[in-house]
Amino acid sequence: MPNKVASPKRITYVEAIALSLAQEMERDPSVFVYGLDVTDHKKIFGSTKGLEKFPEKRFFETPLAEDAMTGVGLGAALNGLRPVHVHIRVDFLLLAMNQLANMIAPAHFGSGGKLKVPLVIRAVIGRGWGQAFQHSKSLQSIFAHIPGLVVVMPSNAYDVKGLLASAIRSDNPVIFLEHRWLYWMEGKVPVKPYTIPFGKAKVVRKGKDVTVVATSWMNVEAYKAAEILEKKQGVQVEIIDPRTIYPLDEAAIVRSVQKTGHLIVADYDWEFCGFSAEVAALISEKCFGILKSPVTRIAFPHTQCATTRPLENEFYPNAVDIIRAIEKKLKLKPTNLKGEEFYSWENRFKGPF
Amino acid sequence: MQVFPQKNRSRGNALSVSFYQKLYLIRRVEERIRDLYGEDEMKTPMHMSRGGEAIAAGVLEAVGSKSQVFGTYRSHALYLAKTQETDKFFAEMYGKATGVAKGKGGSMHIAFPEAGFMMTSAVVGTTIPVAVGAALANAYKKNGKLVVSFFGDGALNEGVFWESLNFACVKKLPVLFVCEDNDFAIHSRVQHRAGHKPIAEVVSTFYCHTGESATTDVHEIYEKTKDMIEKMRVSGMPGFLHFKYYRYLEHVGVNEDFEAGYRSRKEMLPWLERDPVTLQRKRLLKIGLKEKEIADAERSINQQIEKSIEKAKKAPFPAKSEYKTDVYAE
Repeated sequence: MPNKVASPKRITYVEAIALSLAQEMERDPSVFVYGLDVTDHKKIFGSTKGLEKFPEKRFFETPLAEDAMTGVGLGAALNGLRPVHVHIRVDFLLLAMNQLANMIAPAHFGSGGKLKVPLVIRAVIGRGWGQAFQHSKSLQSIFAHIPGLVVVMPSNAYDVKGLLASAIRSDNPVIFLEHRWLYWMEGKVPVKPYTIPFGKAKVVRKGKDVTVVATSWMNVEAYKAAEILEKKQGVQVEIIDPRTIYPLDEAAIVRSVQKTGHLIVADYDWEFCGFSAEVAALISEKCFGILKSPVTRIAFPHTQCATTRPLENEFYPNAVDIIRAIEKKLKLKPTNLKGEEFYSWENRFKGPF
Repeated sequence: MQVFPQKNRSRGNALSVSFYQKLYLIRRVEERIRDLYGEDEMKTPMHMSRGGEAIAAGVLEAVGSKSQVFGTYRSHALYLAKTQETDKFFAEMYGKATGVAKGKGGSMHIAFPEAGFMMTSAVVGTTIPVAVGAALANAYKKNGKLVVSFFGDGALNEGVFWESLNFACVKKLPVLFVCEDNDFAIHSRVQHRAGHKPIAEVVSTFYCHTGESATTDVHEIYEKTKDMIEKMRVSGMPGFLHFKYYRYLEHVGVNEDFEAGYRSRKEMLPWLERDPVTLQRKRLLKIGLKEKEIADAERSINQQIEKSIEKAKKAPFPAKSEYKTDVYAE
């Protein structure tokens, strides 16, 4: 871990997670990290690497019991600790929905504000490699639907370090969703601990022609699309990364659409009843008279993700989908994509935006 | 609360008096709820403790006032045994701003975290892992606090009970599981629900201590619990206690339900003969308290309750804006 250097350093998203965890554990003795396989040799893709220096009570593996282990996090949080529970796949978190929706989310409200739940639940989301329908979900729309939960989706190394520190220091339960493919992404990350407030979107790229609100990995796809369109069509795409699904920085989205008049929501979750619908509704309410085109949604279709590569490719939206949607919106001729390289499991994205 | 005149009593006799105060308080509070529920001012589903009062009173006395308690939607007895407080209790039943949770919790979510009565829940079995997590935190902080997790026999059918028990045993956590077994999961009897040998026998195959009893005598429950926590202290392992009792009233609501046909009044009679509150009152007479002394004490408990009811009825409802507050901690 790059503790020795004080200046910002290029590290990966996964290294930023591990660094943030270690720093928060050093800062506050009430922070502990637990979950299935967190201590084994693979260390959740390396995201818990380095934590073995802490005593067992602060870093431990658990039985396969997602429901009870989530309740254990709640109980420990009620008694003043700051647990970080880790799931190598968000899909496993569905086993704990009772604790999340019936116990954790309403605890503060149902006690008239007496109980506090400073609990972080980290879960790895999204596309892997042939992971099919039980290892591929994101589910932010489901979590954000439940009042009482904070939902965070960091899309780069800088954000993941700061947002994880904020999540651990928060007195609210936080669902922290990390896309598997982002783990390789490098970015300039200050070594010193820092926090990023919830509910503050980031303008990933400035532009005047069309707004793309992108979540998690879709920021990478949107950035690729924006680069190609600028180069080949002279189009300036503005990309807004909300960073936290709840609380949502509505003002930042509205501000951008007021400028561009066009909105695409590129969400990494199912489209139907999803976060993309929420943003579309927001813009319908707040920007009705100024929209130059209907809001376009790019998200998972209402089907399950298949294992086989050709069908898996169809399931996940990508930069080409965003390019084609923008062309349609701005009535452009089809962009020649010959020679352009797009991201896949084999062709990993590494650089910063 | 000091309703019996202070006298030089032996430790055992003082305990008997203190037990009776609690048992009578619980019984009387619920009698008043039964009287007043028909007014439809307490708009919260009531799951009555009537018949099981001695388990709450006996166990909580044994584990001491510093312990932390988790319960279920049937927790009036636990709340009152733990706090002996009736103002915030009744205000909560009436949904008032002065209630323990400003009326946001009601009967099924009654809790008093400041007093160590941490949390209750209306979904069966769901506070069990939370109690285990609280115990994990106490072990982490080495503060010596014991956590007690109360649940009914229906919770034994839930996966989360087994997950929680297993984890507590793996980690040797200072948690006492207390099963209050009234034979029914709502209306379903144990033979339709349990594909295993008697529960204490099954749980005894885990690395923990187990005990069971069908007594209604608060002193026996107290002693049984005392023995258990001593064993837990020595070994560092969790404990599991199984207590049988009989639920006098319907699953939810304030009435009897023998006309419903799923059980008979005859079944209740042997339990009524050893009713925990009556049993303890008899004990007080036996150890030399005068009838008048007891009646005076009961009267002063009654007065406390009536005052609380009166205050609760007069108290304001929470401001309407409260429906949106406390969703997130500041």
